[in-house]
Amino acid sequence: MHDDLLLTLLVLLPFIGSVFAATVSSNARNSEAWLAGAVALSCLILIIAAYPAIVANGAIRSEFDWIPALGLSFSLRMDGFAWMFAVLVSGIGFLVVLYARYYMSPKDPVPRFFSFFLAFMGAMLGVVLSGNLILLVLFWELTSLFSFLLIGYWHHNAAARDGARMALIVTGAGGLALLTGVLLIGHIVGSYDLDRVLASGDAIRSHALYVPTLVLILLGALTKSAQFPFHFWLPNAMAAPTPVSAYLHSATLVKAGVFLLARLWPVFAGTTEWFWLVGLAGTASLLLGAFFAVFQRDLKGLLAYSTISHLGLITMLLSLGSPLGAVAAIFHMMNHATFKASLFMAAGIVDHETGTRDMQKLGGLFRFMPITATLAMVAGAAMAGVPLLNGFLSKEMFFAEAIETHLHSVLDTAEPYAAVVASAFAVTYSIRFIHSVFFGQKPADLPRTPHEPPFWMRFPISFLVIACLIVGILPSVTVGPFLQTAVVAVLGSRTPEYSLAIWHGFNLPLIMSLVALIGGALIYVALKGYLQQCADGPPLFRLLDARRIFDDALVILSWRWARFLETSLTTRRLQPQLRLLVLAALLAALVPLYARGLGPLAAIPSRIDPVLALVWLTGCACAIGAAYQAKYHRLVALMLLGGAGLATCITFVWFSAPDLALTQLLVEIVTTVLILLGLRWLPKRSEAVDEPVTFASRLRRQRDLAIAVAAGVGFAALAFAVMVRPLPDTIASYFLENAYLMGGGRNVVNVILVDFRAFDTLGEITVLGIVALTVFALLRRFRPASDSLGAPEQQRVQNAFDEAQPDRKQGDTVGDYLLVPAATMQWLFPVIIVLAIYLFLRGHDLPGGGFAAGIAMAAAFILQYMAAGTTWVEDRLRILPVNWIGMGLLVALATGAGSWLFDYPFLTSHSQYLQLPLIGSVPAATALLFDLGVLGLVIGATVLMLVALAHQSVRKLRAARLSAAAGEESP
Amino acid sequence: MEAILAIGIGILSGSGVWLLLRPRTYQVIMGLSLISYAVNLFIFSTGRLRSDAPPVLTSQPGSLADYADPLPQALVLTAIVISFATTALFLVMLLASRGLTGSDHVDGQERR
Repeated sequence: MHDDLLLTLLVLLPFIGSVFAATVSSNARNSEAWLAGAVALSCLILIIAAYPAIVANGAIRSEFDWIPALGLSFSLRMDGFAWMFAVLVSGIGFLVVLYARYYMSPKDPVPRFFSFFLAFMGAMLGVVLSGNLILLVLFWELTSLFSFLLIGYWHHNAAARDGARMALIVTGAGGLALLTGVLLIGHIVGSYDLDRVLASGDAIRSHALYVPTLVLILLGALTKSAQFPFHFWLPNAMAAPTPVSAYLHSATLVKAGVFLLARLWPVFAGTTEWFWLVGLAGTASLLLGAFFAVFQRDLKGLLAYSTISHLGLITMLLSLGSPLGAVAAIFHMMNHATFKASLFMAAGIVDHETGTRDMQKLGGLFRFMPITATLAMVAGAAMAGVPLLNGFLSKEMFFAEAIETHLHSVLDTAEPYAAVVASAFAVTYSIRFIHSVFFGQKPADLPRTPHEPPFWMRFPISFLVIACLIVGILPSVTVGPFLQTAVVAVLGSRTPEYSLAIWHGFNLPLIMSLVALIGGALIYVALKGYLQQCADGPPLFRLLDARRIFDDALVILSWRWARFLETSLTTRRLQPQLRLLVLAALLAALVPLYARGLGPLAAIPSRIDPVLALVWLTGCACAIGAAYQAKYHRLVALMLLGGAGLATCITFVWFSAPDLALTQLLVEIVTTVLILLGLRWLPKRSEAVDEPVTFASRLRRQRDLAIAVAAGVGFAALAFAVMVRPLPDTIASYFLENAYLMGGGRNVVNVILVDFRAFDTLGEITVLGIVALTVFALLRRFRPASDSLGAPEQQRVQNAFDEAQPDRKQGDTVGDYLLVPAATMQWLFPVIIVLAIYLFLRGHDLPGGGFAAGIAMAAAFILQYMAAGTTWVEDRLRILPVNWIGMGLLVALATGAGSWLFDYPFLTSHSQYLQLPLIGSVPAATALLFDLGVLGLVIGATVLMLVALAHQSVRKLRAARLSAAAGEESP
Repeated sequence: MEAILAIGIGILSGSGVWLLLRPRTYQVIMGLSLISYAVNLFIFSTGRLRSDAPPVLTSQPGSLADYADPLPQALVLTAIVISFATTALFLVMLLASRGLTGSDHVDGQERR
């Protein structure tokens, strides 16, 4: 099969399966399991089919450009090492799916489980197959995310939520460090391509940034692999369903850390820093993990600490910097995955059958489930490193490496002893796992009576245990060639000679093994009584609860310090915030002015035209008046604001910007109407009843006035300084040159909006749509203040007049109010709509366009509301503004996406002229379609906002009627 | 000409800033509108002031430099629409806040 297709399919298949799994109905355990199993098995078959090509060529690759400007490509690459991991991920994935089919209860929401599970599998395959480091980090973070979702699968359980959160914080933070580290690697090497990075080991190791890079990469790898001091999340992740623990927290996710260490081993290893940092973390995890594991009461807790310890062993082997150590590490990754996954599944069966995982309660299960017990015993023996099993082989290699001298130091001297002690503990906890569960006294009061699980639930364990045995007995003929391919992929020309044999003669590693076996058994005998009734956790250390320390740190960081900063640095009052904002803007303008000066003013100001001067005299008076009146005379202020807006509008016309003037004018109308609609809900405020002006408030006003004057003078000076300078050459000339040639329009402003910068416009109309929906949502729950509930004063006066006149009914005057303007406005409706269509159609060549047309159309609608009243319009006219918004956005998007059909980038436009009967030649660029989307959205958004506000008066009436009706009934 | 527009921008923005710092929500919304006029005019003026420059391409021969600068115009056109959306949102916010708290003070309660 073609390499591109194969690799892409491998990564995509689980994600596609995940989407499908999410859509299956929630009690379909079987079809879910079939789907997930089929996906995992197909991946496995694809991977195995790729093996010959990998042996022949070293690696298969596939690469698609993603963001080439950032050096990011969707590049996948499978060499022998990645192949080995891919087989583990998909193979064990398949077995765990089979197991989960029986493990999950019919009451559990299985679609969610299998959907996350498959997505995790895809992310994990992505990590091992990435040929680009950034892509690797991306998949790496995805594994953290799906691990979070899977640990928290039973989210009604507090421990599951806490464990999931902790895992996400620790591994997610590690992932960020890793990203930084990878960026540093990219800086040093000049590329994120894995092949290039692997070839630049010397450059990286001798670079000044080597140590920071190393530390960051290690933070990523060690958090992921739960290595000391970041080990604490793994035991807390055991709240996950057991299939998740078997898959993520033994075989795959936690292996990602050591995978990365091995992957980058040729680049980073061999320095003193590497030896110390990695070695210390590895040795500490190896020892502490093994020691802690002995004292767990929870079966899964024991396995979790044992996983930490075994990963520590791998980390320590990698720290040595010797090729033989790397070989042993890679071999142990394989072996650990097989026996640990089977042990987790066995623990899950015990839990499933008895209802508890507490080793102090369990015992004597051998007579109930002899086959499971036997399988668990073999796997436990592999974990302990008993001869004839795969765990023994890699442990022998580990001992042999530990006694070698690599770098004269305390750590190197201590390593053989640490290795023996940790192995003895491994023997102890393995014996404890087997003995306390399957032997000894029959359990007294178990929640359930245990029996053998179904054959297919046991099958995955049997399969893995047989693999342990076969590899343990016949290593060189079974696993040998695959290991060799994997090792060559990592070490290349540095691949050492090694032999995979059970018997290497009576040598020091064998003696160490024997010491560990006998010592471990003796420790168990000595501790047995204590372990039967001790509290959870190792003595002394159990006082040092890592989870509590983590939680405390979290509280201090995210709550106490945050609160302190918030209370000491911020205020919840708006005015000081705005004041600071204005002052900061002033400062930001003053600093460069002070530093650079104003510079030469080249252009001579043009002649002053008295008409424009008069316009601005009025405009300025309006602005000041609005500022002065806004507190007590809102309507006056609104009119004056309109005056300032008109001055702006005229300025646009004056200086050759008809498009702006048009839009400004229309927006001005709509804004005024909008605010008018809002005015009614504001409290009455009159100068006479307001509180007296105190000295403090006068001082405040003077300060604010000073700020305002400073801001105004500054802005005026800035604007003047800009205007009297010659215009530098900008991209405007490009737009002018190409608007007609490439955009097919003569109105350059419109062509910029709908063609050259259409993507920006798309973003803008999206914002507009969101704002309109927000306005709508806010108003749906709008409760007017009690003092605005009654009819407005004018209506009251008019109604009182009606009552006083004998020949008038109440409401007559209100009904006749503004009768002539109302009739005019109704007749104007079609006229304005034709105007809007006209503005829209000519927009590409003449001033106009989707924005202006949309607002004009919205104005037509709101005029009807004003003319005839809300009830009248809503009885006759059904506008669906939300649909308009949606359609507009979809049309704009579809126009953009349409260019993909012709192999052009998003939003490429095509233009020509159409001859329409009667109308003549009409520009028919695809940009017009895009503009149609803009039009639809602007109509929808504007009408939605206006109508939602106008509608409040009806709702208020209805609310008043309802409350009146309730008032009549109650007495 | 430049001086007039500059003074206009200054007065609009000064009045706007004054209103922005006032305690009543309605004053703030007026202030924001005034400031947006000032800022739109300022952005527009960065294309320099030219009367009678053709804003739309014609088929007559001539230099591109004769045309009005379309770039600030396109920017301002966008800004006008967005400032309309902001005004609408803020208006509804102030109404909702007034309905919830019974006060039209920007902090939802009178200064103590």
